[in-house]
Amino acid sequence: MSTAPKTWKEWEKPLIELEEALGKLQELANRATGTERDRLLEKIKGFEKRRDRYLDTKYHNLSAWEEVLLARAEPRPYTLDYINALFRDFIELQGDRRHGPDNAILGGPAFFNGQRVMVVGHQKGRTISERTHRNFAMSRPEGYRKAIRLFEMADRFNLPVISFIDTPAADPSVESESRGISEAIAASMLSMFELRVPTIAVVIGEGGSGGAIGIGIGNKVLMMEHAIYSVIPPEGCAAILWRAPERGAEAADALRLTSRSALELGLADEIIPEPRGGAHRDPAVAAESVGAAIQMHLDQLCKMSPDALKQHRYERFRSVDGLREASPSDLPLGK
Amino acid sequence: MRLGAKSKTPTFSDAFLQCARCKKTLFRREFEANLSVCPYCSHHHRLSAAQRIAITFDVDSFVELDSDLASDDPLSFPEYSEKLAGAVAKSDRLDGIVCGTATIGKLPVSIAVSDFGFMGGSMGRVAGEKITRTLERGADRGIPSIIFCASGGARMQEGLLSLMQMAKTTAAVERCRSAGTPYIAVFTDPTMAGVLASYASIADVILAEPRALIGFAGARVSKQAQVVKAPDDFQTSEFLLKHGMIDRIVPRKELRDTLESLVALLGGGK
Ligand SMILES: [Zn+2]
Repeated sequence: MSTAPKTWKEWEKPLIELEEALGKLQELANRATGTERDRLLEKIKGFEKRRDRYLDTKYHNLSAWEEVLLARAEPRPYTLDYINALFRDFIELQGDRRHGPDNAILGGPAFFNGQRVMVVGHQKGRTISERTHRNFAMSRPEGYRKAIRLFEMADRFNLPVISFIDTPAADPSVESESRGISEAIAASMLSMFELRVPTIAVVIGEGGSGGAIGIGIGNKVLMMEHAIYSVIPPEGCAAILWRAPERGAEAADALRLTSRSALELGLADEIIPEPRGGAHRDPAVAAESVGAAIQMHLDQLCKMSPDALKQHRYERFRSVDGLREASPSDLPLGK
Repeated sequence: MRLGAKSKTPTFSDAFLQCARCKKTLFRREFEANLSVCPYCSHHHRLSAAQRIAITFDVDSFVELDSDLASDDPLSFPEYSEKLAGAVAKSDRLDGIVCGTATIGKLPVSIAVSDFGFMGGSMGRVAGEKITRTLERGADRGIPSIIFCASGGARMQEGLLSLMQMAKTTAAVERCRSAGTPYIAVFTDPTMAGVLASYASIADVILAEPRALIGFAGARVSKQAQVVKAPDDFQTSEFLLKHGMIDRIVPRKELRDTLESLVALLGGGK
């Protein structure tokens, strides 16, 4: 697959040129007067139409691999961007009470449209020092143990839980293994199943395997249009299956990791549409859509009793793959 | 539980085998009488699910359930149908998890045993479903659940559906906790990734066989991600015990008695 792009910037190149041309025209138009100005403004409109048409066709027809690259793109809004846009009085609480801080998962209480909630999410970084500080959003055990504390606190104080998922994977280091990264992830899922408050998980970028589902046990699981959710990174899958990590694009297709696939498979409850050309082109509009979706589901879930919420979450994940009532005739190889 | 026992003239490999660890030549009959543990280096060789059940639970007490649940290819993943058909043909089973009910020391238990020989014991929809039903049976009937783990992790050919098994099996553990029924996990070689990071690690009691490979990330990934050198015992039973992640390392010949005692001690239900 030598034709597969290596970065999302490859298909944004024509756009950058278009936008540069647009900028220059705008400058000219600002200085011009009379019919010359009208002519330039007309031209600008034409260029804008061309740009929008390109964005519409390109972003509605991304391959699975392009979705992977876009989901990982650094200008995309991250958890803190959504928190700043949608939540008020967010107080980050940092301690896991066990070992130390973790900057790949953050969380704390906040107001969401006037309602008290607990928000937890993976946090990526954009600059090299930010990325290192955030450990590339790969949480260590401390991150999941901190999340468990926050989930339990939310349950005690009756705060709905909103989680934002955006991680390539949990931290695979020797230190994380020695402090029980597997147990931390499993315990975090278990803790979410025990909650008697509404939980909503939103995959905003990269939904990377165990590291993602560790904070992903929502009564509702929502995905941004250009987010991905996968059991394994496509490069890793290609490395194991075909000993060819460069065949990531093929693996991305096979893994069905796009938001559309997740919805079709019944594994995501809703896709949150992104502004034309992706969330990074208009983070404010993207945040508005996320906020509206969360509010809509929160309103529905808040009508349920605490016990019903816990049961609903169990039923959702118990039946998610359609095997609960399976008999041999349902499954082709079973005969 | 002789593997490949045939009535033809015995060949060399029928009578002898080589230890996978110390490479010494072993008498097959002695080896099997010793529960497939090397008499020289005490390496615990992998067991099939049938062998495991035979050496662990009361004679003829095992009743297999859900054996008709067969994996399929929900994503039409490249080469998966062929691999699956191959595994089915080789094992004469429809999935790598064997589950049902049995007794141990005459006490009823709900059990599941993973067979590493079936696609590396990987967890797809059916494996996850069988583990879930095993734990739910324990909760519903008020009896302890015992799960023998042996898995490379999630089955990537079923994509996100496999990842969801981590959540589904964890939900089943929650049911056991609510019902007050004990759940005992035994980590055997290997217990990895998506299995370790879900139902395996949140058992009430975790036992492990000696020197089993147990870890979250493939050893290669972990070592790459690390500035400091990984210790020699990294991702072994001994490493997990040292870090407080499991309760006991139990040699295979003591495992049955340990389980029997635990079942009697922790009881079944409220
Ligand atoms: Zn040996």
